[in-house]
Amino acid sequence: MSRRYLIKKVIGAFLTLSAVVVFNFFLFRIVDRDPLAKYRGRSKLTIEQRETMIRRMGLEGSKWDQFTVYIKSVLRLDFGRSFDSTQPVLGEITARLPATLFLVGVSTLLTICVGLYIGTKAGWRRGSRFDRTSTSATMVLYSTPEFFFGMLLLAFIAGRTGWFPTGGLRDVGADYGFVGNLIDRMHHLVLPTVTLTLGYLGSYALIMRTSMIETLGEDYLVTARAKGLRDSEVMSRHAVPNALLPSVSLIAISFGFVIGGAITTETVFSYPGLGLATANAISNNDLPMLQALFLLASAAVILFNFIADLVYGLLDPRVRRTE
Amino acid sequence: MSESTGTTFRAMTWARRRTALSRVWRELRHDRPGFIGLLLLSGFGLFALSAPLIADRSSLLVASGRNNPDLAAPSIKFLLGTDEIGRDVLAQLVWGSRVSLFIGLFATVVAVVIGSVVGLAAGYTKGKVSAVLLAIDDFFLVVPFLPLAIVLAVVLGRSPVTLSIVIGVTSWAGSARLIRAQVLTLSERAYVERARALGASSWHVIVRHVLPGVAPLIIANATLIVPSAILTESTLSFLGFGDRLSPSWGKLLEGAQSSGSITLNAWWYYLPPGLCIIGIVLAFTLLGRSLERIFDPRLRGR
Repeated sequence: MSRRYLIKKVIGAFLTLSAVVVFNFFLFRIVDRDPLAKYRGRSKLTIEQRETMIRRMGLEGSKWDQFTVYIKSVLRLDFGRSFDSTQPVLGEITARLPATLFLVGVSTLLTICVGLYIGTKAGWRRGSRFDRTSTSATMVLYSTPEFFFGMLLLAFIAGRTGWFPTGGLRDVGADYGFVGNLIDRMHHLVLPTVTLTLGYLGSYALIMRTSMIETLGEDYLVTARAKGLRDSEVMSRHAVPNALLPSVSLIAISFGFVIGGAITTETVFSYPGLGLATANAISNNDLPMLQALFLLASAAVILFNFIADLVYGLLDPRVRRTE
Repeated sequence: MSESTGTTFRAMTWARRRTALSRVWRELRHDRPGFIGLLLLSGFGLFALSAPLIADRSSLLVASGRNNPDLAAPSIKFLLGTDEIGRDVLAQLVWGSRVSLFIGLFATVVAVVIGSVVGLAAGYTKGKVSAVLLAIDDFFLVVPFLPLAIVLAVVLGRSPVTLSIVIGVTSWAGSARLIRAQVLTLSERAYVERARALGASSWHVIVRHVLPGVAPLIIANATLIVPSAILTESTLSFLGFGDRLSPSWGKLLEGAQSSGSITLNAWWYYLPPGLCIIGIVLAFTLLGRSLERIFDPRLRGR
């Protein structure tokens, strides 16, 4: 990968992130004229307390003054205090981050592997029985809100069989020792992971299938066949690498949807990560928390897109050598 | 140009449009997934229209459930049982179809208008304007969709109309990108160049020559925005936005979740709205993909 390509992508990611930071200010300080009006306990505040809050939230002075205060606090990762718990937002977020990272990480990995496999096989044997069944199935998966999957799994698997816990991060108050606790956490993670994976499997498989079908007509496949390569070799060495290219960027964009899926999935399973925190912040109108969560989600997607660009650069020799 | 040639031209245009339309209809009838989508969609349309015949609007009010048993299983009186405050689930389901469809369609109109204007402008203009529009488009493509919709809805308000606008504002970026690409290829065509050479204004070229060329793409794309808008609406409602007194299907699912109907095995409460969401999303998706295939010959055989 050339240095120029890398620098271009770094600058691009940085600019998008800056745009998100500015947009966040615009939304919560200019579109929303009085952010404090959403604070539930405001009627009980004394005038002094109110003024302290205004100062703490950086709502003093002209919009330009507010903007500089805002930028400085974002750079210090200081997002103020939650309206709900009155604790610093940063601490609330870092406490919940590992749970969500784990859930989103494992299910993204699963979704990519299974989704790409199904998409590749369906696209390569277009019109076959596998293609028809898997495409119908992925269409239904694609059409189902992931939280409804979660509700079904809760009702028909956790509820009826009792094989899996119905929610939470671990058994409350139980201690099974180090290994036991680890297994307990995994046990709690199964249904949320399955929910999130099923929810986004469909779109990944459809993307890969379309991309496979597009490569089918290419000349280099005819050449590969003419060279006498076996069907499986033509597929794995020539079709899949080329079909992966457009999929990489589309998958990166879909990652934003997985983050959205984590919000509802965690809500269904009362899984105490950032998604559940988002749902709670919505019902409590907890603006400082929502601002920070929005920034974090955007930063995560921008980072994921950046990584996808790097992978693209590594996969595509045209980008690797020129540009 | 005399008036009579004007009318013949108009008649010719209309005749051409009629043939095009009947061609689309013929192909749609023979495209099985698309036709199934259309049938499903008509079914849901009839369901939404028949709401006043199935249940009175007043059965959505909190007071209407006062004398009914809570979370009662389906019976002759309540075909789909009752919710946690004794309201008829079928009444909420049938009236909810209107809310879900309204928000889905209205959000799509917002998204299509923004997407078409940005896409046409970005494709037709050159230089800075196009670059700025593309940067805005990039921003909306990259920023995670649901968190963005959430912060917008928190700030702008939680009513069905604001929710539709929020969903529309967050879902236009992909179509703007598609439309721009199509405009770029159309602008190179000989007939557009000819119109320009004859002194046509940009407005005339866009409205008379480019827009009709991208219209099929816009229609197919809009049909595919509706299902994602309905899904987003159900997600936002599930997370607490929306109106409890005229619940959409997503809002019904939220009620089912928060009332503990899952652990209580009250399947009549959560299954119907969930299945309805799947059905309507599937219907629009099948129809949209089929229209895409019909309008874009490159996609044949998918």
